[in-house]
Amino acid sequence: MLDPEQKNPAARTEGNRARRGDGFDDLHTQPMRLQFGPSHPSTHGTVKIVLDLEGEQIIDADVQVGYLHRGFEKECETGYYYQNIPYTDRLNYSSPILNNVGYCMAVEKLFGIVTPPRCDYIRVIGGELSRIADHMLAIGASSMELAAFTPMLYMIEGRELILDLTDALCGARVTTNFIRIGGVSADLPENFKGFATARLDQVLKLVEDTHKLLTDNPIFRRRMEGTGHLPAKDLVAWGVTGPLLRAGGVPYDVRRVHPYLVYGDLDFDVPVGEHSDNFDRYLVRMEEIRQSRRLIVQCLDKIPDGPVDSDDMRVRWPGKRRVYTRMEELIDQFKLVTVGAYAPAGEVYHAVEAANGELGFYLVSDGTGKPWKCRCRSPSFSNISPMREMIVGGQLADVVPTFGMINMIGGECDR
Amino acid sequence: MTADDRETTAQATPSEPSRSPLMDAVLERLGSLVLEHHNFRGDDRIHVAREHLVEVAQALRDSPELAFDMLLDVTAVDYLGQADEFETKLEVWDRNRAVMRRQPQRRHELVLPPRGSHPRYAVVYHLTSTTRSHRLRIKCRVPEDDPTIASVTSIWPGANWLERETFDLYGIRFTGHPDLRRIYLYDEFEGHPLRKDYGKWDEQPIQAYVGPGAKEPRRPH
Repeated sequence: MLDPEQKNPAARTEGNRARRGDGFDDLHTQPMRLQFGPSHPSTHGTVKIVLDLEGEQIIDADVQVGYLHRGFEKECETGYYYQNIPYTDRLNYSSPILNNVGYCMAVEKLFGIVTPPRCDYIRVIGGELSRIADHMLAIGASSMELAAFTPMLYMIEGRELILDLTDALCGARVTTNFIRIGGVSADLPENFKGFATARLDQVLKLVEDTHKLLTDNPIFRRRMEGTGHLPAKDLVAWGVTGPLLRAGGVPYDVRRVHPYLVYGDLDFDVPVGEHSDNFDRYLVRMEEIRQSRRLIVQCLDKIPDGPVDSDDMRVRWPGKRRVYTRMEELIDQFKLVTVGAYAPAGEVYHAVEAANGELGFYLVSDGTGKPWKCRCRSPSFSNISPMREMIVGGQLADVVPTFGMINMIGGECDR
Repeated sequence: MTADDRETTAQATPSEPSRSPLMDAVLERLGSLVLEHHNFRGDDRIHVAREHLVEVAQALRDSPELAFDMLLDVTAVDYLGQADEFETKLEVWDRNRAVMRRQPQRRHELVLPPRGSHPRYAVVYHLTSTTRSHRLRIKCRVPEDDPTIASVTSIWPGANWLERETFDLYGIRFTGHPDLRRIYLYDEFEGHPLRKDYGKWDEQPIQAYVGPGAKEPRRPH
């Protein structure tokens, strides 16, 4: 049993007083180790940060991830290409369609499939809806952690409206499984344009209300401005992408730099910040919501008629009507289910701009129906790796807004 | 659709196109350090020897016309039992039993294939440039008996966690890494789960709790 004085040298006991030779007035501190998480409300249950504190100041930090590791890549190696699409929903579960798009486009690149234009437009619509939902959740949760509860309710309400649209698109709200290899699972529902436009107007009204509540709020600004700062040069060197990198002034957006789908034909701006702090990250996200809405409205106006599935017979599912009436299609379906579509041997990397940054899939094919390797380059993992550099030297209270604006999604980071 | 069409579709793999301007610039800069270079579906890829990795990485980052300032990804590929590069299967619709049974469920069911003459692992780096907006992939083969490679954390600090992850899941040791420990799994984990000789359903021994207030470990079930 330790002597209480040895245990706590700052204790106001007679022995300590004699040892220090001074009064009770000055408060001596010693470095304290604080386990932040994994069950802290603001860590969203999936990360642990071991902080070394000198008073309120952080002198060292160790960010530990892996609490949600489920072996996504190992699981993908045992499934056929089409069987892995539902797993990608569970990567970033707040914007699942973007993950579906990323994976399916990587597989299409491997197979060499060109998708019809209507499919590309539907993918953009679904993906941008997901992006809005993800940004709203990031901003709402982050503001709630800074004790602003009303924006959280507004954002959740707006997210519900977006999820209704996702529901109309594919029949599911969160685990969408919407995109197929070479197409999408369903065409747009009837009257989707009017439905979506009305819903998006409501969402934008909520976003503007949140903007009025947060952007000029002195408490919010003091917690966000200047915290979590990392210079743009370091952000690039650490492999940070997405809103974090753009808040540092680097206009790197995969949609603009390597246009895929129909982003090259659409008109949108890439917002960039200036100070590379949490407040700019918040502003970039708010502006991206508006730009995503712009993209969706353009897509709904310009979307052409036509098929939504590629006619490539290697991956196209024949459809139940043909399967029940024709022999060849029955065999096709049977073979697709039992041995999968055989891919050409080779390796591809395809990246899309997910809500948090560059989401890339690196596929190595051995020429069979299963990927030899399916690697997911997740933006959250690279974005949170310099978190130590962002918070060391700052105050303990800065950890919460920094973590909220990094917006680490456990499913995507830990896979 | 006839059988002939199917074979044509299967064979329709792209031949190697002519070299891209990026590859010309890379070859001009690196010269004989590049062992081979490929272009598949528009992805540029170079193979370098693992002894020259740091030198190549430094040159790619610092040369102004390449300017690969961002390391996107580090990962590895386990080519267990593969003699050489993969080949496209022409008999597309044949049921390949080796594929069906490729993933062992338990380790004792595993029959290790004969090792080829090629090194077992390949460490893969994906680079991009935020100013020039091009991408490049570097592959380094790493043998099974000495799975080590130099760390590139001194060139791109973002390699820190990515190399830790590759070490965790593949067991490849990065020499010169400042903090090489497991990142997803716990320290007592046996083996490296993304290796091909690790079965999907392999079980790990239960770890007794050590620390303050630890009781006698329960009887293993």
